[in-house]
Amino acid sequence: MLDGKVALVTGASRGIGRAIALELAQKGANVVVNYAGSQERAESVVQEIQDLGQEAIAVKANVANADEVKQLVKSTTDQFGSIDILVNNAGITRDNLLMRMKEDEFDDVIETNLKGVFNCIKTVTRPMMKQRGGKIVNVASVVGVSGNPGQTNYVAAKAGVIGMTKSVAKELAARHINVNAVAPGFITTDMTDALSEEAKQGMHDMIPLNRLGEPEDVAKVVRFLASSDSDYITGQTIHVDGGMVM
Amino acid sequence: MADVFDRVKQIIVERLDVDEAKVTKEASFKDDLEADSLDVVELVMELEDEFDMEISDEDAEKIQTVGDAVDYIDSNQ
Repeated sequence: MLDGKVALVTGASRGIGRAIALELAQKGANVVVNYAGSQERAESVVQEIQDLGQEAIAVKANVANADEVKQLVKSTTDQFGSIDILVNNAGITRDNLLMRMKEDEFDDVIETNLKGVFNCIKTVTRPMMKQRGGKIVNVASVVGVSGNPGQTNYVAAKAGVIGMTKSVAKELAARHINVNAVAPGFITTDMTDALSEEAKQGMHDMIPLNRLGEPEDVAKVVRFLASSDSDYITGQTIHVDGGMVM
Repeated sequence: MADVFDRVKQIIVERLDVDEAKVTKEASFKDDLEADSLDVVELVMELEDEFDMEISDEDAEKIQTVGDAVDYIDSNQ
């Protein structure tokens, strides 16, 4: 399905990013596993991909830093000669009530979750335009559509990503670059494990399909949007949330 | 000088699929050669590769005509 394609997945050392990296590799892609913190975990994802028979490298870069992103993309094209798929997954949370939210809590989340996506898209556009095609998939969130108390910064960034997806999709459509987003709901990862039991139960009660999502639920949709099966889809945000937000 | 112009012309003819005769130094990419803004961005990328140079976004925005591109390359090589 993705044989010979080269995919760059940001924030791929754990959680949804890890599941996406593995899913793409399983379908034949070679993968660059970007990480910001844990080299060990990134290397173990690389190992798992190699065990699947695909090539992979781990590259450290903070997506909020444009220069580091340039190096990240250069490492990708140096290693694999092209870049066919970009998955913007890297993200952080700094939750707080609006009244208590500090300026740097707001800025950090915008820098990584919104500007980081801009940096990565801008940098891969050049090689993708030269190749006359590419697939960009942004990992947004359903809270970017519905809003969520305590996450003013995160929601603003994710809503921004959804808007950016549409603008960039229109700009690059003539160059056969598809740009779409997935909006995960409540997925079991380290990020959501940190929530209180009550918060988790509260989320659970809002999910019509009556279960929490797994990272693989998201990864499969990303794989679809990264493949030629979705060539006629661009600028869309697909909710992967068990029906939580309709 | 003619050398740079010829190489630039060649790239423009191929990329924009226009008649060679239309590619004069005075020709404006947008008005005379019917390039949209994304075409111009792509052209600049190809010129960077062809002449092994980097053209900053600020400088690229100033390139409006074929002559602008040739002059830029001549004075920055």
